[in-house]
Amino acid sequence: MIVIGVLVAVSAALVYRRDGIDGVLEILTRDLALFGGILPRVLAGCLLGAFIAEILPHEKVSRSLGPTSGLKGLLIGTAFGAILPGGPFTAYPVASALLTVGADFGATIAMVVSWTLIGYGRAVAWELPIMGTDFTLWRIVISLPLPVLAGALGRFVYVRMYPKSAPP
Amino acid sequence: MSAAILIDILLWGSVAAVGFIALQRGRAVLTNSLREGTMDFINIVPRIALGVIGSGYIAAVIPAEIITGWLGPDSGWAGVLTAVIAGAATPGGPVVGFSIGAVAMKAGGGAPQVIAYVIAWALFAFQRLLLWEIPFMPARFVWFRAAVSLPFPFLAAAIAMAIGRP
Repeated sequence: MIVIGVLVAVSAALVYRRDGIDGVLEILTRDLALFGGILPRVLAGCLLGAFIAEILPHEKVSRSLGPTSGLKGLLIGTAFGAILPGGPFTAYPVASALLTVGADFGATIAMVVSWTLIGYGRAVAWELPIMGTDFTLWRIVISLPLPVLAGALGRFVYVRMYPKSAPP
Repeated sequence: MSAAILIDILLWGSVAAVGFIALQRGRAVLTNSLREGTMDFINIVPRIALGVIGSGYIAAVIPAEIITGWLGPDSGWAGVLTAVIAGAATPGGPVVGFSIGAVAMKAGGGAPQVIAYVIAWALFAFQRLLLWEIPFMPARFVWFRAAVSLPFPFLAAAIAMAIGRP
């Protein structure tokens, strides 16, 4: 947090030297508007995470997304990440909730990677208009196998890094 | 804009659905989760304020030409490597990476390099890891996930080269 704060202060000072106070204020108003716009979604994400942590049956999650869930767990994580609505403020609280209720690193990695790479939210809202349809569709097609591979790699590395927490 | 509204409806619809399930488990379950969700929200807001407002300034001082200059179609694997590093260094706002990617494409960047750039940015933009992931998730998980994600922009570039698309 402190590092970021310093980085932001230095950047703001550089913008001030280059563009004067107008440049600083322009960025501030634009980002304040963005901030106000996402606040409700942040709240929704936190509530979603809290509800999911509360209502998901723990044994069921650890069976279908836990360390022994195999390829199926990775696929469920991928599918879940792809359909999850909202931005980072939704995905990360939900992923964190999944970890708490017994999903393993592999399935949670599959979910987060799937959300970033093939989740429709970012693709529809930003990538399609900026990068164009052709690029976006091919980029998503190329990305399809990656969440499962990342989850499998994560699981593979995890049980070797932390052998004690591996399943018996 | 309509896509954003649709996403909001889906999001709050999901909240209402899981909230309803919680209510059926009992009133205490509902109030407990409401309280915990609200506490998370209050804890996270200052960090997000810094992240959102700060990223504008950070993006403003990183010149886009520097990032786009090194990603031409003849740059091969060196270009892919540069793209991955650039993607990690690009601020993690929702627009910045795609905008730079679009500029790179228009300025003659190669498709595999731009793919590697966009995917590296999506997977482990450094600023997003610090500002968005760490506040919400255990730091150990975040670093682990980022490390495990490292090979995948290269793999995506290799697939793009192999199939000759987009």
